[in-house]
Amino acid sequence: MNFFSKKNKKKAKRRGGVRPPYIGLFCLGLFFTAVIFANVIAPYDPNEGDLFSTTIPPVWEKDGSLAHILGTDMLGRDVLSRIIHGSRMSLLISVGCILFYGSLGVVLGLISGFRGGRTDMVIMRLADLWLSLPGVIVLFMLAAVHGPSAKTIIITFGIMGWPGYARIVRGECLSLKQRDFVRLARVAGCSKLRIMFSHILPNIINTIIIMATIEIGGIIVMTASMSFLGLGTQPPSCDWGLMLAEGRQYITYAWWLVTFPGLAIVITVLGFNLTGDWLREVMDPKQKLR
Amino acid sequence: MQGYIVKRILIAAFTVFTVLTVVFFVFRLGPADPVMVMLPPNATPQDAENLTKKFGLDKPLMVQYGNYLKNAFRGDFGSSFRFDEPALRVLLMRFPATLKLGLVTFILSVTVGLSIGLISAVKPDSIIDRIGRLFALAGMSLPSFWVGIMLILFFGVTLRWLPIAGRGTPLHYIMPAFCMSLYPIALITRLSRSSMLDALKSDYVVMARIKGVPEFYVILVHAFKNASIPVITVIFGIFGALMVGSAVVVEYIFSWPGIGRLVMESFFARDYPVVQVFVIVVTCMVVTLNLIVDIIYAYIDPRIRYQ
Amino acid sequence: MHSNQDNLLELQDVTTTFFTKQGEVRAVDGVSFSVGKGEVVGLVGESGCGKSVTSLSIMRLVPQPAGKIVSGRILFKNEDLMEKTAEEMRQLRGDRISMILQDPMVAMNQLLTVGKQLGEPYKFHDKVRGSLREMCIRLLEKVKVPAPESRVDDYPFQFSGGMSQRALIAMGIANNPDLLIADEPTTALDVTIAAQVLKLMKEIQRETDASIILITHDLATVAQICTRVIVMYAGRIVETAPIKIFYKNPAHPYSVGLIRSVPVLGQPVDRLFSISGQPPSLFAMPKGCRFAPRCNKAEKKCFKHYPPETWLDENHSVACWLYPGD
Repeated sequence: MNFFSKKNKKKAKRRGGVRPPYIGLFCLGLFFTAVIFANVIAPYDPNEGDLFSTTIPPVWEKDGSLAHILGTDMLGRDVLSRIIHGSRMSLLISVGCILFYGSLGVVLGLISGFRGGRTDMVIMRLADLWLSLPGVIVLFMLAAVHGPSAKTIIITFGIMGWPGYARIVRGECLSLKQRDFVRLARVAGCSKLRIMFSHILPNIINTIIIMATIEIGGIIVMTASMSFLGLGTQPPSCDWGLMLAEGRQYITYAWWLVTFPGLAIVITVLGFNLTGDWLREVMDPKQKLR
Repeated sequence: MQGYIVKRILIAAFTVFTVLTVVFFVFRLGPADPVMVMLPPNATPQDAENLTKKFGLDKPLMVQYGNYLKNAFRGDFGSSFRFDEPALRVLLMRFPATLKLGLVTFILSVTVGLSIGLISAVKPDSIIDRIGRLFALAGMSLPSFWVGIMLILFFGVTLRWLPIAGRGTPLHYIMPAFCMSLYPIALITRLSRSSMLDALKSDYVVMARIKGVPEFYVILVHAFKNASIPVITVIFGIFGALMVGSAVVVEYIFSWPGIGRLVMESFFARDYPVVQVFVIVVTCMVVTLNLIVDIIYAYIDPRIRYQ
Repeated sequence: MHSNQDNLLELQDVTTTFFTKQGEVRAVDGVSFSVGKGEVVGLVGESGCGKSVTSLSIMRLVPQPAGKIVSGRILFKNEDLMEKTAEEMRQLRGDRISMILQDPMVAMNQLLTVGKQLGEPYKFHDKVRGSLREMCIRLLEKVKVPAPESRVDDYPFQFSGGMSQRALIAMGIANNPDLLIADEPTTALDVTIAAQVLKLMKEIQRETDASIILITHDLATVAQICTRVIVMYAGRIVETAPIKIFYKNPAHPYSVGLIRSVPVLGQPVDRLFSISGQPPSLFAMPKGCRFAPRCNKAEKKCFKHYPPETWLDENHSVACWLYPGD
């Protein structure tokens, strides 16, 4: 990935002034540790319940126990372990969404910017229209027909999210088209497809990555709320949204069941948002992305 | 100007038509048998046969599509299984509750978001700017459904200050409206701040100051008018789409008897005609909002008006 | 600098600094000059040399909050503008002091009619006599915009580039200011229209006897209407001279280079002269003379100390070690 290269780091330093988002990076560190080492650091199997130790409060409460630091749920499953494993589902779904609509958006944006004319007009008009359609109604339709699942969520946001990418990529493409190296490639007789993918795409990859970092927080919130509504992942998966949905029924006497999974979401999203904002400020001083 | 508006109305009509078509084909051509999908869980084979006849599902697809469109234009989208009433009427009965909450949210987000955004842009790095930026970050990072749950836990369960479900008194509005406006406030604050900053840096603002125009006039007339264009897009255009999602979530959490809760209930009761009508009505609403935005644009921007 | 009671404007050691994330930038560094009543002065230099910031400093409109006039005095009619309140400055701006920006397409508010923007200098200085619209029409007439009665209700996007620049000039001269600063008024226009606009400015100057500071990087424009030239380089004034002396006898090596790089009509040249190198980065100013790294006559001394201002005769001053002062 060329955007972590040394050259860019230097550039960032020279542009200076913008402090790295230590809090954000710390949050991301927690999140990715959980994702990568879930099997090692989670004290229990996240799906294994113990009916003799249900709804134990966190360790600092009166009836808390050191065995379950963040307590257990109504089936006796360890909350901490479920949160740690839930990070994987969170990343899986959000990255799935972004890859899906990101590639759709990049391709449509490239075509739109490169072809121009009527094609461009149609795609951009479509993007305007798409942007105004609520994703949740598409989810309702798809979930009604296919049944709710993580896959349905990915597909829904996959088809709904492309316009943002398409617009940015189109804008970049339009300005790159005028640059000498692209013109030269044309003169040299490269095919349009080749120019698009081997000359223009590498030049906008940074923009695409920054945009993904900025957007992933929002996607995590969105997909978690859909799972919370029961339109996404189904029990017994470990998913933060789902944990909140289950915990909500016991809100009057097991506050920890609705507090900690939510905190996990907040930490993750905060991490991505802070890092994304910083990346944008450092890498994109002209503020093309907003 | 007239040509412009007519063109927008045609586009809007075309959008609604497209959505009607997509809804039809998604529900009819999905992998599941539409009759089984449409039937309540405890239906008998006889029911299935009746339903097939009733919807004309034994006829060719194109004929079905024609009938569907014809009925749609008459406002007939089938009947709700649960209530045994036209689905559209079921939906419209629950509509005022959503509208009221939506309106409160809208006013709250626009006034708070816009004023924080403008003040921050006029006085960058002031206390209000710092608080505004912190709030915007929070609004972007806190999932509204979790905030809702936390509010219920704190103000409803622990302190018992506020009612946790239903509606009736103004007190009932506090938590849902706060919850729903958190994200829009953040969005509007950020956007109005950045577009106002851009406008204040522009040459026409410098020129206005050169002419000795007083500062409040520079800000409100010269800068704000220009800065308002992207903000309006978000407030009306994206707001509609955004609100639908969070209305469903918030109504679900706070048991608010609006269409968001209705569609959730209908979905889990497999009352799909209601879900279908929800999809269509919501799209029409969003399309109408976009039409309004386009007309407001023409009013603000002479370049569009004189096209 | 010779202090003179007849001076309309006098800058004394004005320094304007921008405080950016990357560090402090002195865009204008200890600049002093004066403008007499009815005088047309050209302020010349490459882009980024501080010309525009100097003019914005005079207007007290340096972009906030990054920019600040950190020291110096700006005397206008023998009153220090630095001591004026914001409201007093506002009343001066658009009335006694005015300015024309360079790009009419962005200097006009696209969402307001030309008439509305033209009327603002009148409206906010209590100068409306009779119909404001009538006054705007007369103003457009004055700058020779055709069909002003209908044009006054047009929006800027309906104006051509040349017409927009005329309208912008009209805004500047609405209240017959004593001082008019024109920041590259012809750069955004094509040559024939630029000539017309310049002619118009000359006429207006003769009519109203306003003092004009013409900011430009184009010596040909200066030759057409200015009586005196001030050359700026990297935030400082390097030479001040009456126009004829400047063209005949430029003192500073930078001025010499500037003049040599202008093609002269009718004289064939093999290759156009250009000053080698780049102006210094604002973040890394040389310690001594700022032009020294590009100067072919530079000596050791030039790199160590900044040369003081030296008066060659009553009206001609230069800041260069080639001319040892008193």
